[in-house]
Amino acid sequence: MIKFLNVTKQYQEDKMALSDMTVNIDRGEFVFLVGPSGSGKSTFIKLLLKEIDPTIGKIKIDGKDITRISQRKIPHLRRKMGVVFQDFRLLQDKTVYENVAFAMAVINTSPKEIRRQVPNVLALVGISDRANMFPHQLSGGEQQRVAIARAIVNNPSVLIADEPTGNLDPETAWETMKLLKQINRRGTTILMATHAKDIVDMMQQRVIAIENGKIVRDDQKGVYGYED
Amino acid sequence: MAMKTRTIIYSIKQGIKGSWRNRMMSIASITSIASVLMILGIVFMIVININSFSEITKGQFDTIQLDLEDDLSDGDMQNIGKSVKSIDGVKSVYFLSKEKALDNMKKKWGENGYLLEGLQKNPLPNSYVVELMDMRYADEVVKRVKGLQGLEEVRYYKDLVEKILKITDFIRLAGLIVIGVLILISMFVVANTIKLTVIARKKEIGIMKYVGATNWFIRCPFMIEGMILGVMGSAIAIGVISFGYKYVFDLITQKVYVMIAVYMVPAPVFIKSIAIIIAVLGIGIGVLGSIISMRKFLRV
Repeated sequence: MIKFLNVTKQYQEDKMALSDMTVNIDRGEFVFLVGPSGSGKSTFIKLLLKEIDPTIGKIKIDGKDITRISQRKIPHLRRKMGVVFQDFRLLQDKTVYENVAFAMAVINTSPKEIRRQVPNVLALVGISDRANMFPHQLSGGEQQRVAIARAIVNNPSVLIADEPTGNLDPETAWETMKLLKQINRRGTTILMATHAKDIVDMMQQRVIAIENGKIVRDDQKGVYGYED
Repeated sequence: MAMKTRTIIYSIKQGIKGSWRNRMMSIASITSIASVLMILGIVFMIVININSFSEITKGQFDTIQLDLEDDLSDGDMQNIGKSVKSIDGVKSVYFLSKEKALDNMKKKWGENGYLLEGLQKNPLPNSYVVELMDMRYADEVVKRVKGLQGLEEVRYYKDLVEKILKITDFIRLAGLIVIGVLILISMFVVANTIKLTVIARKKEIGIMKYVGATNWFIRCPFMIEGMILGVMGSAIAIGVISFGYKYVFDLITQKVYVMIAVYMVPAPVFIKSIAIIIAVLGIGIGVLGSIISMRKFLRV
């Protein structure tokens, strides 16, 4: 599903963000991406979204080398991926419903399909009763649910979560993790960059640890492994 | 098809919203576009009328007039006529007596012709009017004619025609440069206005990119916003220019300057062509301005 083949990314002459990384993530996996700040996690995600291109190497998604696709095809690549951020990035002047509907509208989904799909997704993430509220009326955990709903409403095959629990208290973080696991069970591949030791240790999923642009550890049912 | 219609409706809504959100800057842009286009209209008006004037005068002054000395005998005059006729490039020669010349002048002066009645002696000379086969024979014919005896003056308007053409060219060029600079300026005013909308919607644009909206979909509302600014600026300019030209044209036609009105392009003809030019340029400025404003933001 996602394949990095000898990928090197160099921003400046002397600074290697990723160096000769090869990794394979299969369809339906749940993967934690851990490592200290500046280790290369963000670069990894940016490469996947084709915000940047590798200096050397190939990145394959569904068998297709995305380093070779044209600028015009990028939107279609991104429709295969949903993204969730630490800061939620919801539109403040739109309701919960509208925030989710917006993600469908901008890729030209028909109003009929939007009306059918949005309530389904809101129910899935458990915030149906908040549909007509604005983001500032919601708690952090609820806002993150809206963000997740928006990320999955177009049925992406991969959900990328960049520190999704970073701004949440432990209890809410756990609720969010349960939701991600539930989404994973429906067949969506999940790739989550995180610093949350407890969560990684408890979840017992695959853990890829990156340091200085290299994979230092890749364990099935791994642990966080850092003391912070 | 349904998809496209939806995109367009969405873009128009967003475009109107955007230009309304930054009302003050939108007004500044519209004013800027309108001013540029009005100046363009005025320059165009001047150029087109000078063109028309020079076309008409070129035809009128396509002759050489030979003024004869006052004390020539009929025989002398006839001989001069014959010699002139034999020159290469001369199509025809006709005699214009001093009486006839005065008559013509009276007619030309119209109501003011009575002023010439009081003259004791006709001050105008007898002359030959020489029509040429083609303008390019002019210099050669003039040179040959000047060698003849009994001529007081050779009057010839090639220099005048050329001067008019030179002035027309200059005004046209100067106008083009001024307009070009003004178009660039107003394009950047528009770009800055739309940049405000782009910045206001930065987060939205970011989300659109992450969920896979195409660049065209993202760009479209801003282009419509630019187009709205362009259309409004053009409408103002077309209104002012058409009204202004009609006013000036009517004024000139109805008052004493009938003579000048002959040289002017009629209002409906002028308004039709200038309206098209202004509309196309106005919309062009709006759309290009919006594209400039988005260049930076659309990468990633």
